[in-house]
Amino acid sequence: MAEASPAFAIRVRDLVVGFGRQIVIDRLSLDVRRGEILGLVGASGGGKSVLMRTIIGLIPRRSGDIEVMGQPIGGTHDHGTQSAATKWGILFQQGALFSSLTVRQNVQFPLRENLVLSQELMDEIAIAKLEMVGLRAQDGDKYPAELSGGMTKRVALARALALDPPILFLDEPTSGLDPIAAGDFDALIKTLQKTLGLTVFMVTHDLASLTTVCDRVAALADGKIVAIGPMRELLQSEHPWVRAYFHGKRSQMLQPQMR
Amino acid sequence: MNSEPLLAATPSGDVLELRPAGSWIASNVAKLEALSQSVKAEIDRSKSVKLDMAAVSELDTLGAWLLEKLSRRVSSNGAPADIVGVADNYSGLMDEVRQVNRHTPQAAPAPNPLLFRLGELGKATVGAREDVAVFLQMLGSLFTALIGVVRHPRSLRLTSLVYQLYRIGWQAIPIIVLITFLIGAIIAQQGFFHFRRFGAESYTVDMVGILILRELGVLIVAIMVAGRSGSAYTAELGSMKMREEIDALSTMGLNPVDVLILPRVAALVIALPILTFIGSIAALYGGGLVAQFYGDMGPAIYLARLHEAISVTHFQVGILKAPFMALVIGIVACSEGLRVKGSAESLGKQTTTSVVKSIFLVIVLDGLFAIFFASIGM
Repeated sequence: MAEASPAFAIRVRDLVVGFGRQIVIDRLSLDVRRGEILGLVGASGGGKSVLMRTIIGLIPRRSGDIEVMGQPIGGTHDHGTQSAATKWGILFQQGALFSSLTVRQNVQFPLRENLVLSQELMDEIAIAKLEMVGLRAQDGDKYPAELSGGMTKRVALARALALDPPILFLDEPTSGLDPIAAGDFDALIKTLQKTLGLTVFMVTHDLASLTTVCDRVAALADGKIVAIGPMRELLQSEHPWVRAYFHGKRSQMLQPQMR
Repeated sequence: MNSEPLLAATPSGDVLELRPAGSWIASNVAKLEALSQSVKAEIDRSKSVKLDMAAVSELDTLGAWLLEKLSRRVSSNGAPADIVGVADNYSGLMDEVRQVNRHTPQAAPAPNPLLFRLGELGKATVGAREDVAVFLQMLGSLFTALIGVVRHPRSLRLTSLVYQLYRIGWQAIPIIVLITFLIGAIIAQQGFFHFRRFGAESYTVDMVGILILRELGVLIVAIMVAGRSGSAYTAELGSMKMREEIDALSTMGLNPVDVLILPRVAALVIALPILTFIGSIAALYGGGLVAQFYGDMGPAIYLARLHEAISVTHFQVGILKAPFMALVIGIVACSEGLRVKGSAESLGKQTTTSVVKSIFLVIVLDGLFAIFFASIGM
């Protein structure tokens, strides 16, 4: 895509986010390069999802600047955010599919709201997206309540990709999936990222996803990015929390090859 | 750069050469669709097609699919399309869309409209029978739960019961007092206005007293409670069902009827007679105020007339109905809550059904009681 392209898909500068007296994100700065898959790790309740939701404008910030594709982001109802909304697709942790619409209508929803196109083409695009994320055309007539966890995530991904956004936000995409399904999902994200040239911002705890899919990994601790870089650099990091995260008992047990 | 999308079609002999150019992306979809429609006739006329994509500057799934659709139209005519000049960064995408939409499912044929209506009627009939079964089942399980509590009084969930009483009883008092007060005042005003014409003003008090105590007090309070608390019960139980909380209870060896439904229904059965009593008093008070300021009848005379006009029987007739109405409201609200399925729409639908059904049943029950009390001479 040959837009007047900033080198960074997302730029965050000195971001502060807090609730009441508690400061969750403390003067955080982060750059996400175009076309990369960035994994964000951090303690549970440490502000990963808060950071993601602040970038997409769902949570108000105390101070700091956020730019997505060179465009500053304000609140949810801000004009800049509204126009940025067609530039990103978001996969929420629980899918957040509209429960009163069928799968096909869920995928068509962003198309219907943002573009003018015939119903026939809309149906074809919806089925194309569903097949691209590994579902069958017949699944389009199901309702979200009839889907398994893995299928829900796939449909949510298809909906996030409906407008071919240049940036994809994923909130724990593989949580709650079995290792095979999670592996498939990782491969799917990698394939889609290659074919569609996406920038992916992924919040995850899945060490396998981090090693296999992510180009860079950022570690969030104490409200700041304490380490960022390719996985092998992070493994060498001296920050105590990062060491504990990647060299803890559980990580060693699961990923003996990482050393 | 968002350049204009273009599609040039140049026939050369039997071969039609298609040259898409510019931005074939979603934001240009209206133009793209028109462009690809416009070349369809030409494709159908020609034997083979060459698709030269070298001039495409931007491409996304939507554009790729439109081009793929054109090339499929060609292959259905015979010779497959020859796609050349795909830029490296788009070849993955083109390969991807080549795989999709190969097996479009057959849409189910539209059913015969007459048969469809008949089918719906049949479903509604069976559904009505099922409604009765669900009601009786809930009544039965409540009764069983009640027997359990009588046998082991310690198993009563007292905290929950008190909390529900607070919510549906205590917190409902202001609104119920307000509404019944107004209704009482309105009835008295109408009575004075119309009875004055034939000089029977003093009978207004008889009308207000009997109407309020026998029928209106309990009906209005029951309808208010069905709308206020019945809907809350349905929505609560429904969202618990949606979030699998009820399944969680069952797997812990607890019966949802004991834990959730009995305290709620019991609270309604206790609270509704009390609310009816409070509501009736408020309505009589409203009637008395109107008598004083509109009907020129002092409080002493109003009370004396009231004393002559009504007896304990009238009060009993009204208050006896209250627990039964509460039972109906509670059972309908809880069983509709348990019928909620996964979607937000279903929660809304069951809540509506719950309120409509419980108000309907309250009025039917009132009618049955009227027949019953008339035949036993109360």
